[in-house]
Amino acid sequence: MSNKRNTVLVCQGTGCVSGGSEQVFSLLKDEIEDSGHAEDILIKRTGCHGFCQQGPLIVIEPEGIFYTKVKTEDMPEIIQALLPGGKPTERLLYRDPITDKPIPHYREIPFYNKQERTILKHCGYIDPEDINDYLEIGGYKALRKAISEMTPEGVISEVKGSGLRGLGGAGFPTGRKWESCRNVYGEIKYVVCNADEGDPGAFQDRSVMEGNPHSVIEGIIIAAYAIGAEKGFIYVRAEYPLAVNRLKIAIEQARQEGLLGNHILDSDFSFDLEIFQGAGAFVCGESTALVRSIEGKRGMPKVMPRPRTTEEGLWNKPTLLNNVKTFANIPLIISNGSEWFAQRGTEKSKGTAVFSLTGKVTNCGLIEVPMGATLRKIIFDIGGGVPGGKAFKAVQTGGPSGGCLPADMIDIPVDFDSLTKAGSIMGSGGLVVMDEDTCMVDVARYFLDFTQRESCGQCIPCRLGTRQMFEILDDITKGKGRHGDIDLLVELSESIKRSSICGLGKTAPNPVLTTLRYFRDEYEAHIHEKRCPAGVCMMQEENE
Amino acid sequence: MEEELLEDILASFKGKRYELVPILQEVQDNLGYLPEKAMLDIARFVGVPESHVYSVASFYAQFRLLPLGRKRVAVCRGTACHIRGAPQILSTIVKTIDLKEGETSDDLEYTLETVACIGCCALAPCIRINREVSGDMTPEKAKGLFLVKEGGEDVE
Repeated sequence: MSNKRNTVLVCQGTGCVSGGSEQVFSLLKDEIEDSGHAEDILIKRTGCHGFCQQGPLIVIEPEGIFYTKVKTEDMPEIIQALLPGGKPTERLLYRDPITDKPIPHYREIPFYNKQERTILKHCGYIDPEDINDYLEIGGYKALRKAISEMTPEGVISEVKGSGLRGLGGAGFPTGRKWESCRNVYGEIKYVVCNADEGDPGAFQDRSVMEGNPHSVIEGIIIAAYAIGAEKGFIYVRAEYPLAVNRLKIAIEQARQEGLLGNHILDSDFSFDLEIFQGAGAFVCGESTALVRSIEGKRGMPKVMPRPRTTEEGLWNKPTLLNNVKTFANIPLIISNGSEWFAQRGTEKSKGTAVFSLTGKVTNCGLIEVPMGATLRKIIFDIGGGVPGGKAFKAVQTGGPSGGCLPADMIDIPVDFDSLTKAGSIMGSGGLVVMDEDTCMVDVARYFLDFTQRESCGQCIPCRLGTRQMFEILDDITKGKGRHGDIDLLVELSESIKRSSICGLGKTAPNPVLTTLRYFRDEYEAHIHEKRCPAGVCMMQEENE
Repeated sequence: MEEELLEDILASFKGKRYELVPILQEVQDNLGYLPEKAMLDIARFVGVPESHVYSVASFYAQFRLLPLGRKRVAVCRGTACHIRGAPQILSTIVKTIDLKEGETSDDLEYTLETVACIGCCALAPCIRINREVSGDMTPEKAKGLFLVKEGGEDVE
């Protein structure tokens, strides 16, 4: 990366920043300058390394020394260790949670060496605020290749051949979406990147934007070339100020390099990109609601039947909408070819999946595995299992649209189709681990509380139905459940799924249906015995 | 003062309908909330009925129609935070600063809110005061945060 002796990478992802990594970065920078060794040591701010729980994180290359939970007062020791003859500061090294032995290099830590990072490969190693870092690792070569050597149809056929499916959660084949958008007649077309990562418990899109914003931008520009668009938007949640800021910087730098704007790389192709900040509405992750939101309207989904967004999207023009990670995969596919991409994954789900691994798991953070890896590999091999000697009970995937899978399904492969078959969904990539102290009825109540708050209110099944389901669940968790409540929940679920306008309503009952399918005994204990087996719910009878 | 600020903000936009959400965001960023008068001016500026501005402002969770406290306390109610004890954090803060969710103290010191997810799930449960996120919260830590901050300087 550079000709200096050491490169010090200081993580500046949202997680580490909240632990004080900005102060660590500026202090370290000053002290390295004061130490007189600035010509040997390069200090660099990076995006998310993934192991957020151990943050603030510092990695020292080329050795790969990995310091955890770094504070400003640790600086003198870190500097000492960097000087000739210095030894790594043992106190700050990661320790194996079982043997308590320090593991000095991140490549030997199970959390990292059991992963296969492709989308995240450079997150944590390049400076997201410096386009030169991205160019040095081969950034924008794919765009150059697409524009100078490939026709738009050629690009689409490469993406089709890769088998890439939309990583926003639904898993629609990306190449087919691009093809249909290209084939729709229209002078004006738009590309929109859906970065409205609204699922609670998911932060993988944010981390990609914070850690390697140019990979997303490059993917968007290639998509625009393929479908014939001149204008694009990145729709980012307003709750992600750091991601917004890094994207703004990246877009500006790309413009200066002639990678955005008129006549990109001296070709006939022109395209420009703008950021649109969401304003805090979960439903805006739905394509038609997102489109309306950019148009300056209430973000309410269009009523069925309606044309696809690829036919009639933003300002009724053909619009291609893909998720952040889908776009981040594009430069890799164009550079390395569709066959390279299709090596990873299962027959019907190619490539890798990025997850936010959180909840009751030893190693929380951002991870990437090939599609088809088992839940066991993710939760136990990478995640280190459940802490505190507690028993693993369930894992929640897909956020409020997904479901909870029980411990005995630990060996199912994680891909679009297996998860759907099990009653959950892949979703955008939240994976929340639950242990014996988690009450599944409380979790169901939690998700219905979320959806009834976030329902846009346009269609009755969703507006009133989720509210009713929430109230029934709330009663059950307070010891006021009644005989017949379970049947009523199932009946409501079926009607809401069938008759809601959009994905929010159609999937809202999933957390209830999966917990009923796999943890029915917990509902029965609450209703009939007025007892919460996990000891979470406060039964009112007992209190009074 | 407010009027001038609003004029300056509007002058940086073209007055197109699709600019409505960004304009509201910019105004709220500067004024802290969306005063009624500002919404009326914005309606004229982008050429839509006043009711449309109100309908958009009231739809999105980000927008506030009342002044906010100097310290905006947001408790994350994301999934990871929930199962790691966010409800206890919220109830502790409710007791410590004597406000319910959505309320602002009379002296405009605090506003207490909940947010769907801050995205710091690996550090759950977490809270945010203005722009600063604090993770690995416990009821004791949360309580301490307010007792210290009360005598000390502003968080921002």
